[in-house]
Amino acid sequence: MAVTVLAYLAAMVLYAGEYAFGNKSRIGRAAVRPARQLVGAGAPIDLDIPASSDIPAETSVEPAPDRRAEWVGRAAVAANLIALLLHLGTLVTRGIAADRMPWGNMYEYILSAGFVGSAVWVGVLLRRPALRHVGLFVSLALVLLLGADGMIAYTPVGPLVPALQSYWFIIHVATIILSSGILLIGAVPATMFLIRDGYDKGKRRFPYSLGRNVPDATLLERLTFRLHAFAFPLFTFGALIAGPIWAEASWGRYWNWDPKEVWAFISWVVYAGYLHARATPSVKRTVATWIALLGFATMLMNLFGVNLFFSGLHSYANAGGM
Amino acid sequence: MTVVEERPAPPAAPPPRPVNRLWALLRNSWRQLTSMRTALVLLFLLAVAAVPGSIFPQRAVDSQRVTEYYAAHPKLAPFLERVGGFEVYGSPWFASIYLLLFTSLIGCVVPRLLDQVRALRQAVPDAPRRLERLPQHRSDIRYAGQAADLARMLRKRRFRSKVREHEDGSWTVSAEKGYLKETGNLLFHLALLAVLIGVGFGHWYGWHGNRILVQGADQGFCNALAQYDDSTLGPRVDPADLPNFCLQLDKFTASYQDTGQPKGFDATVGVSENGGPIKTRRFTVNDPLRLHHANVHLIGHGYAVTVRYTDRYGESQTKTVPFLPVDGMFTSEGVAQFPDVNIEPKTNKRDATLQMGFEGRYLPTVGTGAASTFPAENAPALFLTAYRGDLGLDVGTPGSVYALDQGQIATGDLKNVSGARPHELKIGESWTLDDGTKLEFVGTRPYATLAIRYDPTQFLILIGAVVGLVGLMLSLSGRRRRVWFRALPATSENSSGTLLVAGGLPRTDYPGFADEFAGLVKAAEEGIRDGGAVQSTDGRDRPGLPGRDGSLRR
Ligand code: HEM
Repeated sequence: MAVTVLAYLAAMVLYAGEYAFGNKSRIGRAAVRPARQLVGAGAPIDLDIPASSDIPAETSVEPAPDRRAEWVGRAAVAANLIALLLHLGTLVTRGIAADRMPWGNMYEYILSAGFVGSAVWVGVLLRRPALRHVGLFVSLALVLLLGADGMIAYTPVGPLVPALQSYWFIIHVATIILSSGILLIGAVPATMFLIRDGYDKGKRRFPYSLGRNVPDATLLERLTFRLHAFAFPLFTFGALIAGPIWAEASWGRYWNWDPKEVWAFISWVVYAGYLHARATPSVKRTVATWIALLGFATMLMNLFGVNLFFSGLHSYANAGGM
Repeated sequence: MTVVEERPAPPAAPPPRPVNRLWALLRNSWRQLTSMRTALVLLFLLAVAAVPGSIFPQRAVDSQRVTEYYAAHPKLAPFLERVGGFEVYGSPWFASIYLLLFTSLIGCVVPRLLDQVRALRQAVPDAPRRLERLPQHRSDIRYAGQAADLARMLRKRRFRSKVREHEDGSWTVSAEKGYLKETGNLLFHLALLAVLIGVGFGHWYGWHGNRILVQGADQGFCNALAQYDDSTLGPRVDPADLPNFCLQLDKFTASYQDTGQPKGFDATVGVSENGGPIKTRRFTVNDPLRLHHANVHLIGHGYAVTVRYTDRYGESQTKTVPFLPVDGMFTSEGVAQFPDVNIEPKTNKRDATLQMGFEGRYLPTVGTGAASTFPAENAPALFLTAYRGDLGLDVGTPGSVYALDQGQIATGDLKNVSGARPHELKIGESWTLDDGTKLEFVGTRPYATLAIRYDPTQFLILIGAVVGLVGLMLSLSGRRRRVWFRALPATSENSSGTLLVAGGLPRTDYPGFADEFAGLVKAAEEGIRDGGAVQSTDGRDRPGLPGRDGSLRR
């Protein structure tokens, strides 16, 4: 667990390194520029190098900072992959130690959701290398999430209480882990879109100043939507169908309004609001994206806040009872 | 997602006439209510309104915690009570938000439903005059075939298409695809309505009750309101409507980890429905006993203690009383009350000062402390204090059956007669009190806490939810788009074929549309058999990789 966090931390530092070295990096612009111009993209601002130029790009411009950044960036991706494998290892060993799926309590749940988010990110990265800069924010988010998980929610290995011994439990928790992992990671392109959009509108104060090296706003916005649109039905199924089915079998009522259910409902409504806002032409995309971030906040509340502040039927880490 | 507004803006209101003011106001409010913006605001209000229900204890979830809250916050609690803080999800303000939302939903969905039905029944509209104004367009497409071939090609790609011949000799082929998106969206919103209505009916026509059922044929019960420890009937349910069944707990077993964490439970019951023969059924946590119009859920368990009291006249009475667990190791508390003892056999008169009550704890496994150390019965012991006097049962005020009436103890009508230290009893031991009467600890039996419920609509709600999910997925993954081809009247120059103009309109944000359009144009061109100069198509994007060349086309 600690090693996993360290590996993500390493990936984060390397991403940050690339970010720092490669100011005006090629990656930031690669996403918005026709592919044939990539060759010349090493030059600071000059876009006029003809694509047919037979001078290799490296000799046409001073290569040093960009190539270093490139290497650091590759190392960052490598570190990210290693971190992902370690993360998987943590999950598997935990599952073996407990002799069941590693979803029995909040600690394991967040560990799994983080893994899904991380895996989705790596998938996006492999398909669209142009988005590599997002990695800094993804790894930052993962370090924070897993760090908080290890410090706040850690629970020793233990067996499942009987109420959790149900295949609906597996379906319910698996789909919720999958969807919340994707929703959590969806907040990263959402944030970056807001930063980039602010930057494009001429804002230069702190968070917006980061926007310089970030991929194109439209691309980020679309990625945000894709992730949410994919995860939303999954979340609907996990939280509002499979969950109630299990609850009916277990507690007799399909919906009990216990704090976890309330917050899942709130997240669902907020994300539905996001989809609506995005579907409404008169609502600005930035406003819609803020709603997605609000949804993210409600998810965090459910992951950490509810377990810390409220007690309900869902407090699975507690022993005893049914 | 909509790039092109699906519904035309309402026409400008006619000049106001005095008679119409009210009508106009109503109509405008209705329009306002059914706008997407209002829906958004209402969705937010709903989310915000749900929050207090997770902060304050809810009576419907756990009334015990509401009572505790009253004790902890005596000032705040009555105020919260008044604003519905303990019954958020049944409060008028919560209801008004979701009712408004659903009114808005109806107002929004019904016109769209009608539009969609119309769109599905009508042919795809004819091409706009100037195809070159559309987001996707191509001209000078050489085409050798007939209009019908083009339509067939489009149909093969699952477009709905329509061929129109015009008087000037030109023809057009119109095609549209992606109706499922809107259909799915409507399905989703309608399913949402259906689910809400289902929940309402379930509330009206459902009922539930909780009951502790002690093991043994002598402890069975038949379904009737009076048999429940607590119960709630829906507003439309009459006590006489409850289904007829009888239950007895034949066997209950619980197994535990070494740590005392429960591992598994298993209840075996004898059930008789509608006066039929007793059948043996088994059920457990997560796997309820499903009867006709009632489901029996296992939600807890514990131990019932059997004690025998022998009074001063040698008469003895045996009682089996459930003790309630107070911790995970099943340290349990309870009381055995004997109001009808020490009755003078000659006069047959009851002496209210000689009633007996025994209060205390049962520990399935005694350790060194006052609490049990394991939930199973490894070393069971009962710790009791004896009280003699008026139990206060005749007054008629309903008290707890798990504790003695504290008021009677306070007034001295009920006195502790065994000292400050509770007396310890093992199974089979008996305890002689100061007046020579005797209490024997006969044994224990397990009991199961059952929640018995009936919700007539829950299956329909499930179906509604699944249909809604399917609709949602169609809605989120579907893409609606239109394509038109127009052939100008043949001229002598291009006798080898026809020159086509094509245009495409994505009606939803769809990054891959440029590729699809290019593909359609190419398919049309490849119909040319005599190999004309095939122009290269633009848009070399690979599918699924929008904007690789930077021009993020819509
Ligand atoms: C209980 C509340 C509601 C929920 C949970 C909900 C949920 C959704 C979802 C998830 C979508 C899919 C968005 C997409 O296709 O991108 C959607 C679309 C839509 N909703 Fe709702 N909705 C609700 C109420 C309403 C109301 C009250 C209205 C009418 C004012 C409405 C009108 C629409 C419209 C017009 C679309 C289609 C947007 C498009 O063209 O893609 N919805 N809704």
